[in-house]
Amino acid sequence: MSFDINFIGILIGAVMASSVPLILAACGELITERSGVLNLGVEGMMIIGAISGFALMVVTDNLFLAVIGSMLSGLIISIIFALLTQSLLTNHVATGLALTIFGIGMSAMIGKNFVGIPGKEFPLLFVDLKESVPFLGPIFFGHSIILYFAFLLPFLTNYFLKNTKLGLIVRAVGDSPTSASNQGINVLLVRYSCILYGGAMCGLAGAYLSLIYTPQWIENMTGGRGWIALALVVFATWSPIKVLIGALIFGGITILQLHMQAVGLRIPVQLLSALPYIMTIIVLVVISRDSRKIKLNTPTSLGQIFYKEK
Amino acid sequence: MYKYFLRYVISVLFLLGISGQANADFKVGFVYVGPTGDHGWTYQHDEGRKAVEAAGIKTTYVESVPEGADAERVIRQLAQSGHDLIFTTSFGYMDPTNKVAKDFPNVKFEHATGYKREHSNVSTYSARFYEGRTLLGHMAGKMTKTNVIGYIASFPIPEVIRGINAMTLAAQKVNPDIKTKIVWVFTWYDPGKESEAAQALIDQGADIIMQHTDSTAPVQVAEKAGVWSFGQASDMQRFAPKSILTSIIDDWAPYYVERSIAARDGTWKQQDTWHGLKEGMVAMAPYNSAMGSDLIKEVEQLQKDLASGKAHSFTGPIYDQKGNMLVAAGSVADDGMLAGMNVYVKGVEGDIPQ
Repeated sequence: MSFDINFIGILIGAVMASSVPLILAACGELITERSGVLNLGVEGMMIIGAISGFALMVVTDNLFLAVIGSMLSGLIISIIFALLTQSLLTNHVATGLALTIFGIGMSAMIGKNFVGIPGKEFPLLFVDLKESVPFLGPIFFGHSIILYFAFLLPFLTNYFLKNTKLGLIVRAVGDSPTSASNQGINVLLVRYSCILYGGAMCGLAGAYLSLIYTPQWIENMTGGRGWIALALVVFATWSPIKVLIGALIFGGITILQLHMQAVGLRIPVQLLSALPYIMTIIVLVVISRDSRKIKLNTPTSLGQIFYKEK
Repeated sequence: MYKYFLRYVISVLFLLGISGQANADFKVGFVYVGPTGDHGWTYQHDEGRKAVEAAGIKTTYVESVPEGADAERVIRQLAQSGHDLIFTTSFGYMDPTNKVAKDFPNVKFEHATGYKREHSNVSTYSARFYEGRTLLGHMAGKMTKTNVIGYIASFPIPEVIRGINAMTLAAQKVNPDIKTKIVWVFTWYDPGKESEAAQALIDQGADIIMQHTDSTAPVQVAEKAGVWSFGQASDMQRFAPKSILTSIIDDWAPYYVERSIAARDGTWKQQDTWHGLKEGMVAMAPYNSAMGSDLIKEVEQLQKDLASGKAHSFTGPIYDQKGNMLVAAGSVADDGMLAGMNVYVKGVEGDIPQ
């Protein structure tokens, strides 16, 4: 049993690593939802990103191309969703679910030839500092560049939404597409861009899983993380900083419960496994007691179909 | 929840496809708990199905079927759509299989790793995986430097507990100081969670990683961390060439072919099959030369003795955690006791989740 300070550092590092795909996918989906589009296809876009990243890594032997490719493929598959919901005016919920089913099936089909191929080592930064600095070393150093990007992303997203003109436009489209349209904003263009951006981030989240976290291709390897990312966006009441906090709580409880078992603490395992979900419910209940707080950030037109009046 | 819902939707869509092409030919159906590409448990069952297909018998399968209420619907659909023999290949399909069997007396059912045969058209079959675990325990006890063995467990059922006990007893025999640390993940297949569990055990000092889950993620974590590991259900050597000492392989093909032919020819009878190293239903992958030739010889001898019946995984005296005697000195545990095993033996830490 080891409870020294360095070990706690290792634990925190593990928690951070496990929350990366959640942060990436949730921040992407957050932008999509802030523009008034509900895309339930997160899981599908993630798994497509995971297989394309892995397949490209195997074929080209180039990790940079693999990461870029995974983002592109997430983006391409989200174009289908954008076309259907924005141009053909289909229902957001049904189309998103279809996208997830499509993504899982498609990835399994492409992946048949890539099962059983071991992954490539992804370069980690500042590995020396991780070993030499006690406690803070394993927290801040020895991670992949994608992790650093993921932890920066919520702040960038927050700045984008609050302090830039483009962010204001996205929010305006999400709150009232009709008014925004009357102001001369091209609602379709804004929503298309937000959907495509969300797709790219989900693709990156998938690539993190198949290239870095568990470097291999396994069918269904996202394991429901896309759905958790979707829940996180609601959990965070559409605020990027709270997405970060939520992802860390979720990752933290997942990792901690495994360590508590390994240490031999006598807490019922089922309770520990259920903790992340119980936490989500508690937070949702607490938040929904104050309806003003929800209204502050909720995109009013979320999931509604927008018809442009001619 | 959503994941299960989706799997259900996919299964139903798939079954609608099957039911459209009903015909009078003899057909065998398979229900899998994971995807056929898991390279573990389900992969091996599908290899068995391919052998049946190669013997000239039509087969269909449904993969990634969650245990519980959805399983019943899938099994029922297979029975309704003209399948004559249905293999349900996970412990959690036990009650659904028996329930459907009651309504379809003319269809034969084969349930893997269960113990309920409530109707005359239900057989059960399993493999004595614990014999393989005994070999793993022997190797683990000899190879560990930290004396901590990390064990990733799925669900607290007799099959899993039997494996933990068999491994611990064998390891204690060669190294009395070993400790078995167990993490229950409550899933058969979740690569992310399995690798987190493996990492947690390694961080807690384990230098041997063993799994009773189906994906190859734990052995890859072990490879990266530079500790020893064992493959599960199929030969996982190429996923972790340095780390894997051996894998326990499940070979279902001969059994599936035999039972399918029996059902087609009308000679199928209800039975309870429990085969091990002797019959070849449990096999060992090549041993890693890093163990050294002496240890490999020892293990090969033990493997022969287990197969011939000269040695038994549960030879007394065996005590439970509280010190009560489970098996007296000089005798071995009978199959009834093995099948219902629900206590840890002395030396395993922690409680079994209830």
